[in-house]
Amino acid sequence: MPHVGLFIPCYIDQLYPDVGFATIELLEKHGCTVEFPAEQTCCGQPMANTGCTDAAIPVARKYLDIFRKYEYIVCPSGSCTAMIRQHYHDLVHDHPDFERVTTHTYELCEFLVDVLKVETIKGSFPYRVGLHQSCHGLRELRLGSASELMQPRFSKAGQLLKGLDGIQLVELKRADECCGFGGTFAIAEEAVSCMMGLDRIHDHEQAGAEIMTAGDMSCLMHMYGMITRQKKPLKVMHVAEILAGRQPQ
Amino acid sequence: MTATKVRKHPVNAAVFVADNDRAHWHDQALWFVRSKRDKMAATLPEWEELRQRASQIKLHTMSRLADLLEEFERNATKLGAKVYWARTPAEHNEIVLSIVKQHNATKVVKSKSMLTEECHLNPFLERNGITVTDTDLGEWIVQLLEEPPSHIVMPAIHIKREEVGDLFHKHLGTDAGATDPPYLVNAARKRLREEFVGAEIGLTGVNFAIAETGGFVVCTNEGNADLGVSLPKVHIACMGIEKMIPRLKDLSIFLRLLGRSATGQPITTYSSHFHGPMPGGEMHIILVDNGRSDILGSEEFRRSLHCIRCGACMNTCPVYRRSGGHSYQTTVPGPIGSILAPSRDAKTYSTLPYACSLCGSCSDVCPVKIDLHTQLLSWRKEIAHRKLLPWSKRMSMTLAGMMFQRTWLFTMIGRWGRWLLPKLPRFMVYNRFNDWGKQRELPPMPKKSFRELYAQRKKERS
Repeated sequence: MPHVGLFIPCYIDQLYPDVGFATIELLEKHGCTVEFPAEQTCCGQPMANTGCTDAAIPVARKYLDIFRKYEYIVCPSGSCTAMIRQHYHDLVHDHPDFERVTTHTYELCEFLVDVLKVETIKGSFPYRVGLHQSCHGLRELRLGSASELMQPRFSKAGQLLKGLDGIQLVELKRADECCGFGGTFAIAEEAVSCMMGLDRIHDHEQAGAEIMTAGDMSCLMHMYGMITRQKKPLKVMHVAEILAGRQPQ
Repeated sequence: MTATKVRKHPVNAAVFVADNDRAHWHDQALWFVRSKRDKMAATLPEWEELRQRASQIKLHTMSRLADLLEEFERNATKLGAKVYWARTPAEHNEIVLSIVKQHNATKVVKSKSMLTEECHLNPFLERNGITVTDTDLGEWIVQLLEEPPSHIVMPAIHIKREEVGDLFHKHLGTDAGATDPPYLVNAARKRLREEFVGAEIGLTGVNFAIAETGGFVVCTNEGNADLGVSLPKVHIACMGIEKMIPRLKDLSIFLRLLGRSATGQPITTYSSHFHGPMPGGEMHIILVDNGRSDILGSEEFRRSLHCIRCGACMNTCPVYRRSGGHSYQTTVPGPIGSILAPSRDAKTYSTLPYACSLCGSCSDVCPVKIDLHTQLLSWRKEIAHRKLLPWSKRMSMTLAGMMFQRTWLFTMIGRWGRWLLPKLPRFMVYNRFNDWGKQRELPPMPKKSFRELYAQRKKERS
């Protein structure tokens, strides 16, 4: 029975508690014991991506200190996982637990597919769903095939979603274009960020999606902001919520 | 030449985005090119292997660039070319001028060369009484508009057909309101032919210089480089020192990648090989450094010199497509430009590495596998390290770092925020200080955080 330390990104902890519980349910359903160490806060990405290495290092160290005792660490975010796996090297490679902790931190869908070898998840979701491939999960963790690369097409989240009864995954015109969230980019380059988000929303609308899902709640939070402002019927749900059997509200 | 003030990228980008129709038109024009590239790349089962080889060849080239440049100089000289070394744009421009003056020439035709744009050669020659005509159609359009190119492969991609019609009406006397591309192209061709025939000196860029042979290759879709150097007796070729490849047999890899990555063509229409001057003619090759050696000396950024200037990173960049090439205010815009520009002047171009959502599409599309988005991230570290970040950004990140180190502080601030925000009147949340809220609602604030609910459930279960 894998012993999993649950890493819940700071904004999910504060703003989307149900995504955390959906993650726990999924992991427990597939035979894991899950523990949420309460000292955790953030992976350090906001500071690191702004270039403020000095501010990010202690936060990264804190993460390694907290999660060193777990066999696996699972996180419902491709972006935060990519931060830990791909970018901690530049910050904390000298930490004694760096190697083990970073190589044992997984994004949720990746953990289900690659470690737990889950092929399908039982459940029903009779909706037309657009899967937004969040960039860091896609291009830094390779949770799916990026459209730029000439390789066989796959998507770990898509593979799990497809197994649900009644679900219809819609085809987008631009398979994996960025939504424009980008952390502080959403504020610093507000005009471009929002134009990107609206274009992404339009792509889901023209494809006939009722629900937009993603492995990263941050992308969805950004697009939800515009969907709500413009009173559009499109709904957003984290992939963990759909896989755990939640229905749209 | 009057120096234009370099504004922050978000300011320029917001202006471009404000014209919503035009911004979308621009985005779609470039996405069309990216899609063509995808289709063309998909026809080669060995695509990823080609990228890998090209990357390795460039890595090797950069590791012994000095030797290869000297080998190239020796071989080119043997072929009868004259080779010059220019450390700065000023040196480069003086060399060109001295060659032009030796021939008492006043008319130069030029095929597209981003290097001469980088050196601002045109205004320099014009100040010295020399007429320069850009013979690449797109480049000529922006020359007539007195604008810099907005893209390195498609210099006038930001100009609409109707605007070209107006421009040609004004300069070439085409019918007012004419927008038919063949008609306009014919008018341009007719005028450019006159320029070609009258030119005394032909100037080209260089796509690939081959150390082993001393020859070089210029790729154009319009054949304008061929024509421009076939009629005049004097050929001046200007190249950045990173254009080197070691052997002739390496060339095919790059030619296969270049056309497909740049415009989705199986190969650029004309790949013209030049090996020494034509009988009775002269060939001058100017090797330009302009900061490239400094980049080569930087472990972090030297891979940016692998760039073959295909423009694929621009076509794929969701920010470039929506902010336009001019928003970068650099000769080379887009992801690669945002790495190269701060290498020369980090202070002036400090916002460019942040004009990026770090989506990574550029790194995956790059035919020579430059880790563009990682280098942009490295530039951000460098900018913060050199204290070039705005005070507000530096301060907010320091405070965020302090908060995330202290679990109690993070949870307390979170609790207060979630309690307070829903109670505030709308104008206090959504106002001009809240860039998130200009076009976006904030998410609903839950009463309890995940950690609070988790602790509660744990208590209930035990």
